[in-house]
Amino acid sequence: MHASLNTKFIEIQGVEQTFKTTKGLFPALRGIDLAIAKGEFVSLIGHSGCGKSTLLNLIAGLTTPTAGALICANKEIRGPGPDRAVVFQNHSLLPWLTCEGNVHLAVERVFGATESKARLKERTAAALALVGLAHAAHKRPGEISGGMKQRVGIARALSMEPQVLLMDEPFGALDALTRAKLQDELLEIVARTQSTVVMVTHDVDEAVLLSDKIVMMTNGPAATIGEVLQVDIPRPRSRVELAEDPVYLQCRKAVIDFLYTRQGHVEKAA
Amino acid sequence: MVSAVFHAAPEPGSAAAHHAAAPAGAAPTASTTMTTNASTPRAPAPAATSTPRDTSAALRGFWLAVLPPACGIGLLLVVWAIVSSTTGGSIPNPADTWKQAVEIFSNPFYRNGPNDQGVGWNVLASLERVAVGFGLAAVVGIPAGFVIGRFTFLSRMFNPLISLLRPVSPLAWLPIGLLVFKGANPAAIWTIFICSIWPMIINTAVGVQRVPQDYMNVARVLNLSEWKIATTILFPSVLPYMLTGVRLAVGTAWLVIVAAEMLTGGVGIGFWVWDEWNNLNVKNILIAIFVIGIVGLLLEYALVKLATAFSFEEVKA
Repeated sequence: MHASLNTKFIEIQGVEQTFKTTKGLFPALRGIDLAIAKGEFVSLIGHSGCGKSTLLNLIAGLTTPTAGALICANKEIRGPGPDRAVVFQNHSLLPWLTCEGNVHLAVERVFGATESKARLKERTAAALALVGLAHAAHKRPGEISGGMKQRVGIARALSMEPQVLLMDEPFGALDALTRAKLQDELLEIVARTQSTVVMVTHDVDEAVLLSDKIVMMTNGPAATIGEVLQVDIPRPRSRVELAEDPVYLQCRKAVIDFLYTRQGHVEKAA
Repeated sequence: MVSAVFHAAPEPGSAAAHHAAAPAGAAPTASTTMTTNASTPRAPAPAATSTPRDTSAALRGFWLAVLPPACGIGLLLVVWAIVSSTTGGSIPNPADTWKQAVEIFSNPFYRNGPNDQGVGWNVLASLERVAVGFGLAAVVGIPAGFVIGRFTFLSRMFNPLISLLRPVSPLAWLPIGLLVFKGANPAAIWTIFICSIWPMIINTAVGVQRVPQDYMNVARVLNLSEWKIATTILFPSVLPYMLTGVRLAVGTAWLVIVAAEMLTGGVGIGFWVWDEWNNLNVKNILIAIFVIGIVGLLLEYALVKLATAFSFEEVKA
């Protein structure tokens, strides 16, 4: 039933990334092979400096790999584009535009050539409503809280109707309660939009709660994929019910075991 | 004449006393208000004394805002008066200068031929030259700064030229201006153009180079056109830098215009100073110094106001 495009919507083949630093070449990533299906939610997890964000930037096209190939929807990724929307860790909203203006910039870019101005406005309003921020449309980023800014960032990304949603520790800078609320909202939004999502995180609970697949990365330098865990928990998922779900606890233990028992040792040896 | 000296003297004295008492006193609010509210206790008694403390705080704020500047001006007047009396009146004292200033400003816009015009016309003529020269420099310098900041090749290409030409006194360009434009007025404008273009190019270029990478990543993900990047991302984020450049440029231009006009003649505040020197009318020279200072101050104030209106909170990484 699934065509190959659906199981291998994003394909990463033998990707290597080496950075030039003042101390010489730094091998960040080695031998990365990964396939992501359409509509799949994939988390990249690992210790700081293991190259999670490097991998995400490669998929986004913000950087190009030293070796190997990245393919999205049967096309090689040659640069960034609105088909792969990015939610940045620090929201990256333009402070001189209102929330509406920030989202509208993206909407206009993607749909401006084909749709009427009224329709663009509708899309902008719909994206803000999706993240529950219709009331803050005319506020500037400086006037709203960190959680709200991050939601505007998500709205901006979703408004482009991207084929892939890339998120770089989207909730990393938020307090625990706001983070939980936004995770729940994201679960709901992703269920509604059927988006393909790649998220970088270092939060085990977040990864298990949201993902279909957790990609665990070994410690750098020359980090690679250590293990891929399939999270077979049916959706819709509820944070409260999952707390005692045996599959959830098992997945959680597997990730913790990887991060702190096996990769922990490597870090000590290094 | 003497009265001015004694009038000015007690003021800084009393002000200094207030000023010294404020930071030194254990209960600072009490020290400034002892005369008005002697019953205010030294140790603070919260609720009961809230009203007198509020008024005393307001009073203290008022004195702190008004007294120090008044002291400074007082000091200037004292030094001026002392210099005046020791030079035997070849430098006029503040009171006489004031009388002369009142007279001059009672009719600032008169015209008795090309070399005898009111101070108002002179100031306006200078401002006009600054505006034209600065405006042309902005038209050339700001886009140049954008391009130099945006493209590394151009930045490397123009950096040596800018480094070479920037330290040259703008007055050194005046003969070139006279030669090329064959007139005093365009030559003065040319000099203003040259001196105000550098800060605008440099600050704009630095602003473009310091646009946060996050914003540029947004632009790259959205695949914005170069024009859209320039108008929605570069321009707003460079604006504060640009306005700093504009402020420096206007400041320099206002410094240079006086010297340029002394050399070129015509109507203008610099020429006026030189003309009054030839007439040995020192009072008018002193008045001109104040006028130049006040106009410069107003320009600076207006541009600072403009700059604060256009600065935004940056993204914290």
